[in-house]
Amino acid sequence: MPGKNGLKVPAKISLAYGSGGRLTHELVSGLFARAFANKALAELADAAEIQAGRERLAFTTDGYVVSPLFFPGGDIGKLAVCGTVNDLAVKGARPLALSASFIIEEGFDGELLKKAVLSMKAAAAEAGVDIVTGDTKVVDKGKADGLFISTAGVGLIPAGRKLAFANLRSGDELIISGPLGDHGVAVMNARNNLGLSGLKSDCAPLNAMLEKALAAGAVRAMRDLTRGGLATSLNEAASAAGLSIELDEEKVPVSPVTANACALLGLDPLYSANEGRAMLFCPPSSSAKVLRALRSHRYGRGAVRAGRVLGRGGDVSLRTAVGGSRLLRMLEGEQLPRIC
Amino acid sequence: MKKASGLKLPADTAPLFRDRALAARMVAAVKEKASRLAASGPRRANFMEVCGTHTMAIAAAGLRRLLPPPVKMLSGPGCPVCVTSQGDIDRLIELALIDGVTVATFGDMLKVKGSKGLDLQAAREKGADVRVVYSPLDALEIARTEPSRKIVFIGVGFETTAPVIGGVLVRARAAALKNFFVAPLFKLVPPALEALLSAGDIEVDGFIMPGHVSAIIGPEPYRFVAEKYKVPCVIAGFEPLDILRGVDALLGQMLSGRPEVDTEYSRVVKAGGNPAALKLMAEVFAPADASWRAIGRIPGSGLSLSPAYRKFDAFAQFGVKEREAPEPKGCICGLVLTGKASPPDCRLFGKACTPSSAVGPCMVSSEGACAAWFKYGG
Repeated sequence: MPGKNGLKVPAKISLAYGSGGRLTHELVSGLFARAFANKALAELADAAEIQAGRERLAFTTDGYVVSPLFFPGGDIGKLAVCGTVNDLAVKGARPLALSASFIIEEGFDGELLKKAVLSMKAAAAEAGVDIVTGDTKVVDKGKADGLFISTAGVGLIPAGRKLAFANLRSGDELIISGPLGDHGVAVMNARNNLGLSGLKSDCAPLNAMLEKALAAGAVRAMRDLTRGGLATSLNEAASAAGLSIELDEEKVPVSPVTANACALLGLDPLYSANEGRAMLFCPPSSSAKVLRALRSHRYGRGAVRAGRVLGRGGDVSLRTAVGGSRLLRMLEGEQLPRIC
Repeated sequence: MKKASGLKLPADTAPLFRDRALAARMVAAVKEKASRLAASGPRRANFMEVCGTHTMAIAAAGLRRLLPPPVKMLSGPGCPVCVTSQGDIDRLIELALIDGVTVATFGDMLKVKGSKGLDLQAAREKGADVRVVYSPLDALEIARTEPSRKIVFIGVGFETTAPVIGGVLVRARAAALKNFFVAPLFKLVPPALEALLSAGDIEVDGFIMPGHVSAIIGPEPYRFVAEKYKVPCVIAGFEPLDILRGVDALLGQMLSGRPEVDTEYSRVVKAGGNPAALKLMAEVFAPADASWRAIGRIPGSGLSLSPAYRKFDAFAQFGVKEREAPEPKGCICGLVLTGKASPPDCRLFGKACTPSSAVGPCMVSSEGACAAWFKYGG
């Protein structure tokens, strides 16, 4: 309920407020963005942009509470580095340094902690960034679920680079960097012991690939497709730009094993989380060059054009494989709690 | 939870049923038949998809915008959560609040509100132990590993779900488990269709019959719809092309004037259904009256437990009696479930009633017509 100060909070914070979907947006815009109101925050981008003398910095933070801590294709450590690196990279920033804060439950296995830390080290080395500061807290048994990690990252935005959904123009093309849904489905499978084989998280640092894409041709905006999946990110783009976006279902890449798992579990890969996939918007004149650059990188082999920006509006529609058309909304409620 | 063994997924067959060129040809065939039908008089072609999975599939594929007039798709009473009566929801909440009871349920039941505005999730906040499971076997496992708790699995579903839960009851009996129970709220499709048709106030010109229910019971139990009520029927699968095929078949029957039960899902549905499942159901369950949301009590439309299994009946064991309770105010789920209204006809739709704060069950269930309409648009 809106109070005197205009802050809006629900009576109780249900899990759905952390889903990355519509309710998360309500909480962020109703409480955090209003209480902390400032220009850098107002954009609600993956990373905030701050001016430091003549340089523009990107600054971001993220908490990782994934369950289970280790899953096919990744673990909480790799996730904590990749997620923050990717949030900087989609702002066009080159990561300069990361911080890492550990909240450890009393009695947590030291070997597992080491395994997570070595995984962070490897991911940071691959991304070409150092973890330069940190914090350690141990809490009573039962007060945390094994291990939580928070990372923050700061990056440098090269002069002249300005990536934002507000830049989108009617006619721009949408590129997706690879098959969707692998991370969310792999984690859900691991967490619930569903026993499906062949599923693997796409978790990866995307900064090198996206840097290549930016060097190849004009890009208006990018976003990594984490919680809420492509559908939620497209809705954020459409509403920020005030333009409608159309996605071609037929073009959306989904690996057969993830597609089958989704069909079996009643999940939609368009809403499933990714930790190594991004969407990019380009003017038609540069989309072929950007696509080629993405495909030349190991994390972008499966990149495709999958949609376009239409005229005025703000909603997202899906042209279905059989030629029908329907709305594609933001994630409503919780599809996959605690996947990152 | 016990770890499942490495289940191999089959090769992806979905693209076969989503081929755009084939879809275009099928849409052209539907349009041709629809225009012939329209030319033969001011005809309506209201087709009810009985099953909630069909409702979702139609909306997700955007089929409504592809289908030509006079074809109109109506949702039916085939969403198990949606047809569970308000009184039965109250009984489940009462069960959940009994000391020592753990309720295990499929997730959809968590947020259906009872007559006092309470749902199982709210019961959980009041201290009830309510757990979401993906399979009734998981509930059985809880009963094995926590012998001090009384585990009640909520038996909501149609002919498709009942044999699965029946199989679990057979295991529970073999293991002589004394702390595992089922709250039997099963529903049967053919008696509900009979009730809808005999009331005489629905405007339905053809039925798309549920594919999975039909896999269990076979096509025979629907014969009365075509013969007694002269309404065309088709059993269809759940891929977009299956549904187009079903619509095409219904239009064909309308044009020929010869209603029948046509099986267009023969890769799954066999004459006689699934004899093993039917035998299991006959052993574990007995026909019973059931109360349906908005439709009311329908004789023989539900399943209770057979005498050999009655000791597993949670309602009987915990003395939770049947009751009636009014529908939520302003909610027209009842009209939506019987094809008499579309979700946007409801003044609560998309305003007071959204999936995250649902008033009626058709918005709560992931198979509900209102949830489909909200998520995918009309």
